[in-house]
Amino acid sequence: MAVRDYIRDRFFPHMWCPGCGHGIVLNNMLRAIETLELSKNDIVMVSGIGCSSRISGYVDFHTLHTIHGRALAFATGVKMSRPELTLIVPMGDGDALAIGGNHFIHAARRNIDMTAIIMNNRIYGMTGGQYSPLSGYGARASTAPYMNIDQDFDVVQLSKAAGATFVARSTTYHVQQMTDIIRQAISHKGFSVVEILSQCPTYFGRQNKLGTAVDMMTRYKDTTTPIGSKAKKQNPDLIERGIFVQKEMPEYCTEYEKVIERAGGGA
Amino acid sequence: MAKPKLKEHRIERDWCKGCGVCVHFCPKKVLEMDESEKAVAVRPEDCIACKLCEYRCPDLAIEVITES
Repeated sequence: MAVRDYIRDRFFPHMWCPGCGHGIVLNNMLRAIETLELSKNDIVMVSGIGCSSRISGYVDFHTLHTIHGRALAFATGVKMSRPELTLIVPMGDGDALAIGGNHFIHAARRNIDMTAIIMNNRIYGMTGGQYSPLSGYGARASTAPYMNIDQDFDVVQLSKAAGATFVARSTTYHVQQMTDIIRQAISHKGFSVVEILSQCPTYFGRQNKLGTAVDMMTRYKDTTTPIGSKAKKQNPDLIERGIFVQKEMPEYCTEYEKVIERAGGGA
Repeated sequence: MAKPKLKEHRIERDWCKGCGVCVHFCPKKVLEMDESEKAVAVRPEDCIACKLCEYRCPDLAIEVITES
C-alpha cells in the first residue's frame, strides 16, 4: 500500500476512536504527499497537543510533538534554520485557534512557507469534550451542558484577514477534494491554511445528538457546497468548501536571506 | 485508460475499529460488517475499484488492490 510506506505501522491500530475523522485526514494527507513524490527525509511534521496532534507519531517523516498551541512556533524555528525542508503542521481547532491563536495569526502575517492543517472537530476531545472556539453558538459540550453562548471563528475569514496566502476548506466526506487541496497547499510557497471539518462522534457527536460517524459525514455532504455555487445563493447557511485564497506574496525565509545578504555588505 | 480491475480487498482486521464508514459509503454495497464488527468484502464481484472505502477509512485498514 502506498500509504503504508509513509506510516510507522508499529504504532497501529492508532489511538483515535472508531469513526474519528482525524484518521481520514491522515489517510488523505499521505495520499497528497505521495502524489507530490516528496522524500520522507525532506518533510518535517510538527504538532502540538490534542487528539489531532497525535498524528505526528504515526508518520514516518521527521516529526516533532511539541507543546500545546506552539507547534507553529517550533515549525518556524525549523523552517528558519532549514528553509529547504517542507513543513507540515497539523493542529486541532483548539490547539490552533485558542491556545495557539496568537502564533497562528502571526505565522500567517509573516507568510512563512509551511502548511497548517486545522482538523476542526469543534471540541476538545482528548480532555473530555469541552467546548472550543469552533464549537459555535448553540452547541453542547461537557462544559456547556445548557448550550454554548460563544460565537465561533470562521477559520477562512480569520486566515484571510491575518494574511495567509493560501486558504482552503474541505471535509472528511470529500476525500478527493481534501487530497487535492492539501497537495496544492504543500506546493504553495507561503503560509497555507487548510481547514478540514472532521467528525468527533465520541464527544461532539454524542453531546449534540448528531449520530454516528456515518451520520456526521453525511451531514458534511448535505451542509457544504463548492465556493460560489448556485446552492449557496439559495441557501446562505451552507458552508463553502474549496480554495478561497491563492496568491503570491514575499515569503519570510526568502526575505530573511536578503537581510543576511544586506547585512553582509551585499546588494 | 482501461478501467482498473479488482484483484482483492486487503483488510487489516487488527486495525479496523468497525465504524462502518466503508460499508455505508460503498456505492455498490460490496462490504459488510462480520460478527466481530470488522469490515469484510462479501460481494467482491460487484466492486468497481473506486477506492472510496480505502480513502475514507479512518483506520487506514483497507487497501483495494487492482490488476495493473
